[in-house]
Amino acid sequence: MSPRPGFVLEVDRSTPPTLFWHGEGFHLERLPVGSRVIYPPEPLPALTDPDAAIADALEHPLGDTPPLRALLRGGMKLTIAFDDVSLPLPPMRAPDVRQRVIEAVLDLAAEAGVDDVVLVAALALHRRMTDDELRHALGERIFNAFAPHDLLTQHDAEDPDNLVHLGLTDEGEDVELNRRAVESDLLVYVNINLVAMDGGHKSVATGLSSYKSLRHHHNVRTMEHSRSFMDRHHSELHTSNWRMGKLIAEAGVKVFQIETTLNSNTFPEQFGFLQHREWEWTWKDRAGFAASSKALERTPPELARRIFHSIRSPHQLTSVQAGEVGPVHDRTLEHVHRQQLVTVEGQTDVLTMGLPFISPYNVNSIMNPILVACLGLGYFFNLYRGRPLVREGGVVIMSHPTPWAFHPVHHPSYVDFFEQVLSETTDLHEIEAKYENAFATDPWYVHLYRTSYAYHGVHPFYMWYWCAHALSHVSKVIVVGGDRAAVRRLGFSPATTLADALEMAEDVVGRDPSITHLHAPPLLIADVQ
Amino acid sequence: MRALVFERQLARFAASRVAADLAGSGRGVAVGPLELGEIEAPDLPGAGFVRVAPRLAGICGSDLATLDGRSSRYFEHIVSFPFIPGHEIVGDVEGGALDGQRVVVEPVLGCEARGLAPPCPACAAGNRGRCERIAFGRLAPGLQTGYCTDTGGGWSQSLVAHESQLHPVPDRFSDEAAVMIEPTACAVHAAFQGSAGGRRVLVLGAGTLGLCTIAALRQYSLPGVLVAVAKHPEQRRLARELGADHVVEPAEIVRAARRLTGSLALTGRGGALERVTGGMDVVFDCVGSADSLAGALSVVRPGGEIVLVGMPGPVKVDLAPLWQREVMLKGAYAYGTEETPSGPASTFDLARDLVDACDLGQLVSARYPLERYEEAIGHAAAAGRRGGVKIVFDLRRRPRRGRGVGTDDKETP
Repeated sequence: MSPRPGFVLEVDRSTPPTLFWHGEGFHLERLPVGSRVIYPPEPLPALTDPDAAIADALEHPLGDTPPLRALLRGGMKLTIAFDDVSLPLPPMRAPDVRQRVIEAVLDLAAEAGVDDVVLVAALALHRRMTDDELRHALGERIFNAFAPHDLLTQHDAEDPDNLVHLGLTDEGEDVELNRRAVESDLLVYVNINLVAMDGGHKSVATGLSSYKSLRHHHNVRTMEHSRSFMDRHHSELHTSNWRMGKLIAEAGVKVFQIETTLNSNTFPEQFGFLQHREWEWTWKDRAGFAASSKALERTPPELARRIFHSIRSPHQLTSVQAGEVGPVHDRTLEHVHRQQLVTVEGQTDVLTMGLPFISPYNVNSIMNPILVACLGLGYFFNLYRGRPLVREGGVVIMSHPTPWAFHPVHHPSYVDFFEQVLSETTDLHEIEAKYENAFATDPWYVHLYRTSYAYHGVHPFYMWYWCAHALSHVSKVIVVGGDRAAVRRLGFSPATTLADALEMAEDVVGRDPSITHLHAPPLLIADVQ
Repeated sequence: MRALVFERQLARFAASRVAADLAGSGRGVAVGPLELGEIEAPDLPGAGFVRVAPRLAGICGSDLATLDGRSSRYFEHIVSFPFIPGHEIVGDVEGGALDGQRVVVEPVLGCEARGLAPPCPACAAGNRGRCERIAFGRLAPGLQTGYCTDTGGGWSQSLVAHESQLHPVPDRFSDEAAVMIEPTACAVHAAFQGSAGGRRVLVLGAGTLGLCTIAALRQYSLPGVLVAVAKHPEQRRLARELGADHVVEPAEIVRAARRLTGSLALTGRGGALERVTGGMDVVFDCVGSADSLAGALSVVRPGGEIVLVGMPGPVKVDLAPLWQREVMLKGAYAYGTEETPSGPASTFDLARDLVDACDLGQLVSARYPLERYEEAIGHAAAAGRRGGVKIVFDLRRRPRRGRGVGTDDKETP
């Protein structure tokens, strides 16, 4: 039986309560009659033989490029870059797709006699991956073969000796990239395209670049004009990256792009209820929900966090395509949309969402308040094509505990951003003008980014900018069940219950508003008609 | 007259210390050596002395330390028992050239008040706070009015003061503003002790002394960046209002110093910041505890200065950073003469102007009659937590409805 497409449910009196994520937990909420709930399509079937599919993609590339085998030769310099720990979410069960793809690439390189091979984790300004994380992404075999010889590297956007300035785009944007990648005869980039934003020219132009380069598209103006950044043809973020990609190609950097898509089989069996529609819950789903909820009620937050971050997702490969960046990415988007697109008729006055425990930037870490804002208003709000799910002037209601807590190693500049910057203003433009440069160039943050496991000093700014479109579009943001002081610091309104939040929303959108709930994750993209 | 008298009673002194240790500052008053009683007003010790009838008398951090039994044994030779505490005083002069005038008392008992001539070099230079003879002369030992058995103190209906100690109060000043001149003078003197001009300055503590130091620095030193460390919400509000560029909570001090100076830092387990490697140019410690001094040492830059404004007791502090980073530790006590761009000026005059300019009378949060001294002292010890700053005794005689003349016994926060 083929998987069912996405579905928009209209809540009536017989509809069971709807599951809302709430950080390291979840709860059932009864939505008002007439509300809509958007469910993602069911998981697509996995490729039956992923290794064969990968080999086939490398042999039959898309676009104007020969097979990978033909691009490899003895004596050449080969660099393989790969997506970092921010993908996929949650981390997938071994073997990770990156391991499968890179093993295939390395087999071909070995056959061709290529012995100058370096692996680069494409961190951009993210934190470095730990050895355990690298082992998980690449497998023991690759890790043990490369890491001891310093051939498994992590991109350092603050190492001037290992960056090359390739020039300016037509719009005057600096393109500065990882030196090893630029000076290689071939750069293979291995992507995991979890959402439509990932991949394309963004892989190299962002993943292997510096702050000098990134600031041209990671800024308030660009994010306000990315509507949405899940829709590349209406995303200024992507337009800028594509300009950079063009310059990179003109500079002679030969990129062989490999993109992979996963199905939405996101949670292991014991959390099966998270994958199913509530009215179809089996006794096992009900028992799983009841047992998990009860257990979590008594679990200290730190332990709950550890339990959730130990989840390994049963994601499966649904497609792999390789070759020239443009054609590869177009094909990838088709697969992503096949898995995630849901047609939705019209916008809503109030958009509700339950935010889970994880975002791209807190893998094995704490979801601090800035990341809560970014996940809700950056990622979930932008999970649309056409028009935003919520109308202009509408209200977003997010459910998350929003603890006033930060990971001291991973997010040092976030603490300062939250305590200093957001305590003075939440205005995006003012923050960008007044504070960004100081944080971006602070030698302490630079030191921690380079030598510890810290996100770059400027990273919390980007997370805040990620909310730019939503913040200029909606009238009010309400957080249900969050730390009240932290929610207020973000400039949002705290509410104790969903009912309270809906009542507060009525002050803005009037009585009897239309309400839509985004039932994610698993992730979906609303194609708003 | 009615007065609060502090007797030398070692057992009660120890009891108050135990009570303060167990229940918190200000909680040992009931068992301590302070008692309310009817006593004889002090005699005039000699020429130039007059009587002063206090209107308002403040409760200072050093008073609380004494009442808690936490003050240093260093003071044993420079106080005399029994004494009437209270050195932040506005009152009315009775007799002498200033008879009938409202004055604030400059409490330091230097050579002139002690009848010593010629004065010591410090007093001769106008720096009475550094007087070398505070245990000598015609007065019993006592560094200030409020610690000397011969002069009395502000927590009473009458004291004696030398005319050189008296500063007339302009009519436009309320009593609340006037009583703030003495603590403000301490803060002004501290501001002049540090090299704060154009530099990155941090003020630790936002009680009366901390807040007045912030105001004094903003008014007289023009620091480049002024950071205040304040524990309680009202203190944070006032610190901002009085001129702090940034206000942080005590737990944020190292992170804030690192952020504002662009310094590197050293981290402990779990990535928590322990101390900065650069840091603030000057730190004013307006608390005077072991924790505050250690905090100051963790955020001051190599070659920087720490000005100790709050009265310290015996403290245990690791001085390795002081040595290795060549930090200067400097005390700031009382007042004297300050070198201003327009020439030497009396600290009290500068303080008077500052109280006026910054409306520091607003820092007086509650007034109590002497009879409610236990409550008043408890309030003073918890002032920050309770949203207050300066707690004072109100000794003014006011007509009571239908009851003639008496003291107002209502707390007026």
